[in-house]
Amino acid sequence: MGDSEKFDKILLSHGSGGKLAHELVEKHFVRVFDNPLLARLDDSAVITVSGRLAFTTDSYVVSPIFFPGGDIGKLAVCGTANDLAMSGARPLCLSLSLIIEEGLPQSELKTIIESVNTAAMEVGVTIVTGDTKVVQRGSADKLFINTAGIGIIPENVDISGSNAKPGDKVLLSGPIGDHGIAVLSKREGLSFTTVLESDCAPLNSLVAEMLNVSADIRCLRDPTRGGLATTLNELAKQSNVSIRIEEEKVPVHEAVLAACEMLGLDPLYIANEGKLVAIVPAEHADKILRVMHRNQYGKEASLIGEVCANNPGRVVMKTRIGSSRIVDMLVGDPLPRIC
Amino acid sequence: MRFITEFRRSDLAEGLIAQINQRSHTPARLMEFCGGHTVTIFKYGIRQILPDNIEMVSGPGCPICVTANTDLDKAIALAKIPQVIIATFGDMLKVPGSHTSLQELKADGTDVRIVYSALDAIAMAQENPTRSVVFLGIGFETTAPTIAASILQAEDRRINNYYVLSLHKLCPPVIRTILDSGEVELQGLVCPGHVSAIIGSHPWDFIARDYGIPCVVSGFEPVDILQCVVMLVDQVESGRSEVEIAYRRGVHPEGNEEAMRLMEQVFEPGPAAWRGIGEVPDSGLKIRNEYQHFDATMAFDIDPGQPYEPDGCICGDILRGVKTPPDCQLFDNACTPQYPVGPCMVSSEGTCSAYYNYGEGRDG
Repeated sequence: MGDSEKFDKILLSHGSGGKLAHELVEKHFVRVFDNPLLARLDDSAVITVSGRLAFTTDSYVVSPIFFPGGDIGKLAVCGTANDLAMSGARPLCLSLSLIIEEGLPQSELKTIIESVNTAAMEVGVTIVTGDTKVVQRGSADKLFINTAGIGIIPENVDISGSNAKPGDKVLLSGPIGDHGIAVLSKREGLSFTTVLESDCAPLNSLVAEMLNVSADIRCLRDPTRGGLATTLNELAKQSNVSIRIEEEKVPVHEAVLAACEMLGLDPLYIANEGKLVAIVPAEHADKILRVMHRNQYGKEASLIGEVCANNPGRVVMKTRIGSSRIVDMLVGDPLPRIC
Repeated sequence: MRFITEFRRSDLAEGLIAQINQRSHTPARLMEFCGGHTVTIFKYGIRQILPDNIEMVSGPGCPICVTANTDLDKAIALAKIPQVIIATFGDMLKVPGSHTSLQELKADGTDVRIVYSALDAIAMAQENPTRSVVFLGIGFETTAPTIAASILQAEDRRINNYYVLSLHKLCPPVIRTILDSGEVELQGLVCPGHVSAIIGSHPWDFIARDYGIPCVVSGFEPVDILQCVVMLVDQVESGRSEVEIAYRRGVHPEGNEEAMRLMEQVFEPGPAAWRGIGEVPDSGLKIRNEYQHFDATMAFDIDPGQPYEPDGCICGDILRGVKTPPDCQLFDNACTPQYPVGPCMVSSEGTCSAYYNYGEGRDG
């Protein structure tokens, strides 16, 4: 038993760079992730790559750090892997940096790192480098994680938010709002009972299968913060087109609808962590949908609308009663710190 | 939760729209009093789908919007007292008072916390015995009973650091004021659903009887609103003026007697200041003398200063149904949800916010 394990809580000295810090790294990271690049413990991981590289980073500050359907560790891997996948890249390596508030139980850290590892294995990425800092109580909230990732983009793939063209179809991989509502249901001072779990999941296998049947996918984006409405607005503005969707085609779980009614929220603006929006050439929409339906993360995929030329930058929704209205970007922050 | 999807069914909506088109011939201006109704009407595009002879105008039924700056400034002054924790519904945070908002104070370190119920504020008071928790009691008859219950609970548990700033407002008196002003002529009133769930449908009888205006209590789903319009159209076309309920699953004509008893036990009617309308007698709820030790205005000595209204903002006219947001020179220019000037753009139930968010009156 090393000195580190004598303390059941993370102390400031675990981040000091000294002996306790080394033990922490060895016990919680090197042993769990078990790969030669990380085990060298050099200042940088050295990787040989060829091809077009995608590079992305994201920080995770979700509160609470454990939520139904996942935890901050799983989120930190899936979120960054998904950002890579949304540019068509196959995720290769991740970095993992932690800012820990002193007092975090080591058992919680262990659970989170194990879930980082499980998620990384599902994605097929290696954690090759990392950092750990411990800050005084109150300077962080339990645990913040940053991951950066690199991936390789296949040669014939060109995916960008600015590629949508009039006539293209808009696909959504499944029901919206699960993540935001699941996290919210566990918020201190706001607990309510729901059967919902976060949809937090890696989407790189789904994207790879979609690209297999059509390399001409124009845009991919995961509707995280700001929800589906904000993502569609971003795409419409970037591509200088309008997007028309049909309310009835957008899947929403009844439990999300019910919670949104109670809290005065709109599912269109609630965050997702395992969904994607794809804009694809109309003639490829059916075959892409078929492969999506065969993947566990695209089973409930649907065609929700199309891209039009008029009113560029606008998102318009045909409502259930047959009328239509504008869907704007999220303004403000109805749900702070959900990712 | 069939209560939601059943009332969003497109086949039901289509049937009701067909009935409206078939039966409605007379020009009719209908006011939806409640901000919740305004949101449904805009969210589902109900205005565009109604025949041209039916005009829907929004009324003063957004409790945040009608809160006068004099009252907002009191809340802000209370928030500045170091020992005070302000507990509030989230919508209040962004509303600009005369000089600042609770959101800005919060960013500067003032202790302002969002709760979803007054009972959460009670728990907060118990967890912070050395602080004073002031709950901002904003709302209509809908929220007043639970806030009355919180005061009774605090009394029962001898919690002596819980206070309420009661800015509650009552709906029937202000509707009378609007009708008496003669500024807006109405052929029908979509009566508030949640308020009526508490007070019943009888408090609207005077509108049908004394003013000859058809009244129908509505629910909040698109099918509810369309059903309500069908019933109002029927009254208009047949020359009747009665109070009817299109929201039977939520509203009983006699209301919720227990909720009204709680409200009456703790509060008594008093004058209240409404933005754009002014002081309306007996349209507010004052904490009764026997519970005045929970009244934040009695417990703290505050000086909110002189209220100030932003230049050019016509929220007051919009709340009376006299003007619409596109009539305002600030709308979609100086005043947007990101940078709101008036409260009707801030509150999710505000008329300006509904126009803006659902794209009416905006270019393109």
